[in-house]
Amino acid sequence: MKRQLPVLALCSVLVIGLFLPLALKLSAPGFWMEVLLGGLMAGVLYSLVALGFVLIFKASGVFNFAQGAMVLFAALAVARLAEKMPLWVAILIAVAIMVALAYVIERLVLRPLVNQEGVALLMATLGVTYFLDGFGQTLWGSDIYEINLGIRREPVMILDNLFQGGILINRDDVAAAIVAVILVGALALFFQKTKTGRALRAVADDHQAAQSIGIPLNRIWVIVWSVAGVVAIVGGVIWGGKLGVQFSISQVALKALPVVILGGFTSVPGAILGGLIIGVGEKMAEVFLGPPLVKAFDLAGGGIENWFAYVLALLFLLVRPEGLFGERYIDRV
Amino acid sequence: MLFRENGQFKSSYRADLAMLPIVQDRVFMLALVAFAFFAVPFLASDYLFLSIIIPFLILTLAAIGLNLLVGYCGQISIGHAAFMAVGAYAAYNLVLRLPFLNFLVVLVLAGLIAAAAGMVFGIPSLRIKGLYLAVATLAAQFFMDWLFARVKWFTNYSHSGSVSTAPIELFGWAVDTPTRKYLFLLSILIFFTVIAKNLVRGHLGRAWMATRDQDVAAEVIGIRPVYAKLSAFAVSSFFCGIAGALWGFVHLGSWEPLAFNLNVSLNLLFMIIIGGMGSLLGAYFGAAFIVMLPILLNRIPDLLGVPLSTATASHLEFMIFGALIVLFLILEPHGLARLWSIGKQKLRLWPFPY
Amino acid sequence: MQGKLRTALACAALAAAGSVAVVDAAFAQAKEQFFPVLVYRTGPYAPNGVPFANGYVDYLKLVNARDGGINGVKITMEECETGYATDRGVECYERLKAKGPTGATAFHPLSTGITFALTDKSFSDHIPIITTGYGRADSVDGQVFGWNFPLGGTYWDAADMLVQHIGKKEGGLDKLKGKKIALVYHDSPYGKEPIALLQERAKMHGFELLLLPVTHPGVEQKATWLQIRQNRPDYVFLWGWGVMNSTAIKEAVATGYPREKMYGVWWSGAEPDVTPAGDGAKGYNALVFFAPAGQGQVQKDVLKYVYAKGQGAGKQEEVGEVLYNRGLAAALVTVEAVKKAQLRFGKKPLTGEQVRWGLENLSLDEASIKKLGFTGYMTPVSTSCVNHAGEAQAKIHTWDGKKWVVAPTVYHADNSLLKPMIRASAEKYAAEKKIVKRDCAKEAD
Repeated sequence: MKRQLPVLALCSVLVIGLFLPLALKLSAPGFWMEVLLGGLMAGVLYSLVALGFVLIFKASGVFNFAQGAMVLFAALAVARLAEKMPLWVAILIAVAIMVALAYVIERLVLRPLVNQEGVALLMATLGVTYFLDGFGQTLWGSDIYEINLGIRREPVMILDNLFQGGILINRDDVAAAIVAVILVGALALFFQKTKTGRALRAVADDHQAAQSIGIPLNRIWVIVWSVAGVVAIVGGVIWGGKLGVQFSISQVALKALPVVILGGFTSVPGAILGGLIIGVGEKMAEVFLGPPLVKAFDLAGGGIENWFAYVLALLFLLVRPEGLFGERYIDRV
Repeated sequence: MLFRENGQFKSSYRADLAMLPIVQDRVFMLALVAFAFFAVPFLASDYLFLSIIIPFLILTLAAIGLNLLVGYCGQISIGHAAFMAVGAYAAYNLVLRLPFLNFLVVLVLAGLIAAAAGMVFGIPSLRIKGLYLAVATLAAQFFMDWLFARVKWFTNYSHSGSVSTAPIELFGWAVDTPTRKYLFLLSILIFFTVIAKNLVRGHLGRAWMATRDQDVAAEVIGIRPVYAKLSAFAVSSFFCGIAGALWGFVHLGSWEPLAFNLNVSLNLLFMIIIGGMGSLLGAYFGAAFIVMLPILLNRIPDLLGVPLSTATASHLEFMIFGALIVLFLILEPHGLARLWSIGKQKLRLWPFPY
Repeated sequence: MQGKLRTALACAALAAAGSVAVVDAAFAQAKEQFFPVLVYRTGPYAPNGVPFANGYVDYLKLVNARDGGINGVKITMEECETGYATDRGVECYERLKAKGPTGATAFHPLSTGITFALTDKSFSDHIPIITTGYGRADSVDGQVFGWNFPLGGTYWDAADMLVQHIGKKEGGLDKLKGKKIALVYHDSPYGKEPIALLQERAKMHGFELLLLPVTHPGVEQKATWLQIRQNRPDYVFLWGWGVMNSTAIKEAVATGYPREKMYGVWWSGAEPDVTPAGDGAKGYNALVFFAPAGQGQVQKDVLKYVYAKGQGAGKQEEVGEVLYNRGLAAALVTVEAVKKAQLRFGKKPLTGEQVRWGLENLSLDEASIKKLGFTGYMTPVSTSCVNHAGEAQAKIHTWDGKKWVVAPTVYHADNSLLKPMIRASAEKYAAEKKIVKRDCAKEAD
């Protein structure tokens, strides 16, 4: 019953959020839906990055600050390779590159720091971020590169008759959502049904116990980082297809940190849900809270979404630090 | 042989508790300070002052501040540039609205305002620690970024969002030439270093270190965590606020909200990682390293005769940064300060190996 | 093993510390004019910074290769990466300002933020800061801002011209009453600069101004464009840079805002901004000043004297792009200022102060532009001690999917509105910073 409490709370929030405008007879419920959908789609993008965090943290207890840089690196690889060969070949080669990268990171960075406290590992991955940023740009360049997924950009209007003007839906956002669902499903299958997946879960539970029954820890970590690398590729291709691949993507990936806090560091569904909540919350705050705040305080423009996610995470940390779905035991004071 | 403590007996507690008990240390430090005050102004060029020494002095002060929080008290903060911003804007507004105040008073007030802000954002540390706290401090960073860009009162309704300041006037003496700026900053830095050193050696510092090492045990023996942690946040924000005010007034002269963004926070963190956490000397080393690295990266290709495009040099800077962080964490987690103290240990025994 | 590595690390640290103390080799008194080049070839603004820097550098190389320098004085240059960050810009400035036999010729910060910071230093360092089409709008006033040169126009000029164009489209400025104009701007001094003028114009003509800032680097604009969709403004002015531009156009496509109603300032209207959006950018308009896209005499010379010898700074295909040509023009005004100053001070390396005289007495008319090979790719510039910008003029060009199509109408800023604003703002700056105003009548001789 206690595990279901957060789910119940979440569902009630979502239901209220969906029907509140109708209840209050808001003047433009259609626009509310658009903002909601826009927020959900942005949330999906954040979730994809947060998934990488969660996977690595679950298996090795390392908080991989470099996930954003990995997304960028993967996206750059795909974008530049796709200039010379068909997209699916580029993606395959990028997967190989990310696996190699995972191996190198595990060998050079993680293994020597095995028994250090979490902070040292966090800072080590910070160093990896900087390195990947510079290295990626040296290899692939600083221009904006395109990933052509073949999806048309023009929006589609739906529900013309129900809401005035219809509701705007972007095809690539829908594609992103579908891909995310498939990815989560694949990951769930991987963790539940395959031997390696079970080994990963064992390692996440207790390193020493897993080692004692013969699970090779180092190999598992390489596998985890590789899987995170593949997730990074998916995230990178989708981000890149939407926004174009450029250095600044790695900064946006920083937003995935509050997502992980909201969802819980060790929970895959938490990452998804956290991403959706942050995405929706951000967009709603920006579009609906922003203008009244600007008028009330004579601010020079909105921009609330820059800090909204973090302050939300801060509040969560004060009230429920393990997040919505995380494990109850964390380093509390 | 030279660095031995033989024959140095202390006959009073006061002498024993001195900051630099070994005579050689005391002589060396006094000579260094004298050199810094009297010789450097004549030896260094304007470029050296403005590009290297002045940023180094200000960033050292900020690094000391962050080190007090992260190194001595064990609370992670990756958003500390926010408090530098608070200090800078507070100083700007004080100078603007209360122009009769002496600039030193302005500095202290700006530091106090930053300390208050630090305490507010330090409240989460009472509930969480480790990397959760790190993300909470990110909230401080982004919120302050937004606050100073949006609330027009802070920038005196400037239509470009950037503020500019006149050179500081101190007791009728304008701090505008590089030499004067250097002497002003050096005095402030030495003053605050002594304060920090004494804080760290005293009751407060011991409370911080106890909280860092074993917070539950510390609470058991009577160190109140609220007191220890919030005071760490307050003091470190005080230092960073003053550093921020100096950065804006003395180094930049005119700045925009982006001048105190996340990169500055991460730079501060790198300074103390590379320099050595939990060591004031480490703050000095780390700041020197971070200030000099980009300049080195520009000079060395020239010296070696290998032409390097600016883009590649910039990327290399990132890569070397990242690689060095990892290297230091693996090889010497206590940073350059530890290397220095190992050197001093060897000096004590020299010329004998053990 | 660990110990050896540690020792190696310590030794490397010491050696590195030592090498910084290496003093710059004394410069032989060579006949060289040093040009510092502040660039950003990395970071979110690189897509736009790179072509401009390439154009600038290529023109200087051309002058050396084709003309043998400026009247025999060779041009030397050094690039410094700023990443569009103010503190790095200041650092590059400090590093390069004293280089060369007579110091730096002039600085092109290519960032309004860096301009603000360098302006304060210019009063004591006496090196001109040339901000072609950007920088402080009030720096037109040469009596307060003695060292700033916003040649080609400022953002107040740009905003004014856009409003005039829209007024013309609507059939008269009075028809703007009740309309809504949204300004999507980069949240930096660059983006905020036009706001003051737009607010004035909004008061004058009765249109509603909607301000929508976008935070650096400008990749997250979904909420901005959702707000635009909610408010349905009649026109959108884009004041972006780097990645923000292409993202804005892509988001406009995604939310279905007609690109024909979007007008970018002259820094938001180049190939790197529109090509990422593909066909969706068709119909997008922007201002263009100094030079449109295309290849004229000077571009041919660059290809012949610089690229044919493999000395080109960038890719050959980029020669002739909008930002590249603007870089050429920026280098041109600097070189011409040096030439003009050499007429007075002699054909030798000149100091920043002497170059400033040249910049204040610049008179590039159509005839001299033709002689220099810039016909069609430069507009006349005539400066004085009081007016550091000359007469700003610009046209509107529209992207048709493959290239920019320039409309023939030439717009000038409304000086009757701008002059009092500039004067008031400059006075405020002088009072704040305790600047002593120059007396142009006394200095002219």
